[in-house]
Amino acid sequence: MFENLSSKITTAMRTLKGKGRITDVNVASTVKEIRKALMDADVNYKVAKEITDRIKEEAMGQKILIAVDPGQMLVKIVHEELVKLMGSSVQAINLKPDPAIILIAGLQGSGKTTFSGKLAQYLKKSGRNVLLVACDIYRPAAIDQLKVLGEQVGVDVYAEPENKNAVEIAQNAISYGRKMGKRVIIVDTAGRLAVDEAMMNEIAAVKNAIKPSEILFVVDSMTGQDAVNTAKTFNERLNFDGVVLTKLDGDARGGAALSIRHIVDKPIKFISTGEKMDALDQFYPDRMASRILGM
Amino acid sequence: VGKSKVDEEVLDELEEILISSDVGVDTTLKIIRRIEERVARDKFVTTAELDGLLREEIAELLAQNKSDDVSNAFKANVKPYVIMVVGVNGVGKTTTIGKLASQFHKAGNKVILGAGDTFRAAAVDQLKLWGQRVGVTVIDHGMNSDPASVAYDTVKQAVEQEADVVIIDTAGRLHNKVNLMNELSKIKRVMQKFLPDAPHEILLVLDGSTGQNAFIQAQEFTKTTDVTALAITKLDGTAKGGVVIGISDQFKIPVKYIGVGEKIEDLQVFNKKEFVDSLFKRK
Ligand SMILES: Nc1nc2c(ncn2[C@@H]2O[C@H](COP(=O)(O)OP(=O)(O)OP(=O)(O)O)[C@@H](O)[C@H]2O)c(=O)[nH]1
Ligand SMILES: Nc1nc2c(ncn2[C@@H]2O[C@H](COP(=O)(O)OP(=O)(O)OP(=O)(O)O)[C@@H](O)[C@H]2O)c(=O)[nH]1
Ligand SMILES: [K+]
Ligand SMILES: [Mg+2]
Ligand SMILES: [Mg+2]
Repeated sequence: MFENLSSKITTAMRTLKGKGRITDVNVASTVKEIRKALMDADVNYKVAKEITDRIKEEAMGQKILIAVDPGQMLVKIVHEELVKLMGSSVQAINLKPDPAIILIAGLQGSGKTTFSGKLAQYLKKSGRNVLLVACDIYRPAAIDQLKVLGEQVGVDVYAEPENKNAVEIAQNAISYGRKMGKRVIIVDTAGRLAVDEAMMNEIAAVKNAIKPSEILFVVDSMTGQDAVNTAKTFNERLNFDGVVLTKLDGDARGGAALSIRHIVDKPIKFISTGEKMDALDQFYPDRMASRILGM
Repeated sequence: VGKSKVDEEVLDELEEILISSDVGVDTTLKIIRRIEERVARDKFVTTAELDGLLREEIAELLAQNKSDDVSNAFKANVKPYVIMVVGVNGVGKTTTIGKLASQFHKAGNKVILGAGDTFRAAAVDQLKLWGQRVGVTVIDHGMNSDPASVAYDTVKQAVEQEADVVIIDTAGRLHNKVNLMNELSKIKRVMQKFLPDAPHEILLVLDGSTGQNAFIQAQEFTKTTDVTALAITKLDGTAKGGVVIGISDQFKIPVKYIGVGEKIEDLQVFNKKEFVDSLFKRK
């Protein structure tokens, strides 16, 4: 389904060049190809339009008209634009107050609990004393799942299986963490839809109660057009600090990354690339741009 | 040529609605081209009539293997009727199994579940809790056991206990992982050693918030396991799940169920008309 955009554009531009001059119309039709490719990669419709309009303007500048290979030139402009949009690569998380509190949020099944385990391991390896907190009081066996992961990575898990109040559990966990001299406290929460008012109120209340130093929004890289709605609402309610992009070991193009960055302007801080606890990586904007463009 | 009210602007708007619903560029263009042809042929087409046209065109792509909406629900017409559930990670397989089990159970069937996800942390516990909720038996060999032998044992016990319906859970797996995909064929093969015509259904679960990658998921899972039906979950949010239109069209696999929440009753039989309505409804 996805042809290589680069070769497609190059061919398109070569054909145009063969016909004579490159005109506004020629560039417009090529830009349309790029827009289609972005939407095929799940970049949001409106975002794809905005980005390609900007690219068009740039492409209409003199340099492309006199370029030896206008197709390659255009591809380069597109790639650079995407890299720029996605920001710089290394985006540290804030571990300043002691203990640092990290709140994990996102849709159902996006990979929050798995990521919580990975982050715990990653921070433990850098020498910190970490506590995981099970605040998902809804999903069957959610606490067990986090406990299994905690055991795998050798990090304590705080849970209150009988308590049906996520805010209370979070608060108690912080007191416990302080008492135990934990340096980082990672709070895993239940998956929730942005339209679920009660659940969005719950996580906003958790945030207010524990004042996290870092809030991470976890997104499945296979997410489609709805990524913008979800990210917008979560950001309005939580003003999160960064994004975690999961399941990048698959073959999804991951256009959602671009949409989210464009809509809420928050950096992608980690990527998840597997089910095992060490499948965690930093984010490389240039690799992501190539992936989205299918290059 | 009479001037119809369906003009460029209307079609642009339609394009935005369809693509924003994850229908995908190719399928969207296909739909728009068909509308354009109809407009050219019938000359006077008002925007009000466009609505009806659209429904017709999309409904046609959602070919339900000639069956209508009422007949979408699984029918346990052999005993035991074996359903194997597959899909990528976190789409809602286990939850859908719990809900399906409840529907069969309520309809008076004896149901047995097989805990074939022996990999993901606490996956067996999760299915067992669903089994308790519904009030049905769950066969498990614990974590890290061989999923194929769990499936074999579940089918065997179902025959011995004269169960009507068997539903086998499997671990989430990305379709580009060859070993994990081969494991699915093995699970199927091993269960066939006991019951040659099992599984009677292979249900591929797709997450309604997934974009165009769902297309490749359908393609790859169909290749390894002969998927017979689709379920699309998490449609209680703002995501529309439009990608199934193109999937159903290309692979001729019927969409049978939709998930609309996390509770036991939140599974509905797929209704084409309601689904198309939801594409054009803003939440
Ligand atoms: N292949 C792959 N699978 C992943 C990755 N991250 C998580 N998963 C899997 O995705 C599924 C869902 O992950 P969870 O961590 O349970 O997701 P969650 O967001 O906590 O889910 P809820 O709590 O139900 O909302 C599980 O099968 C995980 O093993 C990843 O990066 N790659
Ligand atoms: N809102 C909503 N959530 C759902 C729906 N179906 C499942 N979920 C949630 O999605 C998350 C993942 O569901 P699971 O049933 O564990 O998914 P799975 O495919 O079995 O996941 P793995 O076994 O880890 O691959 C859970 O939090 C479920 O409660 C649905 O229709 N709507
Ligand atoms: K998902
Ligand atoms: Mg979780
Ligand atoms: Mg499962």
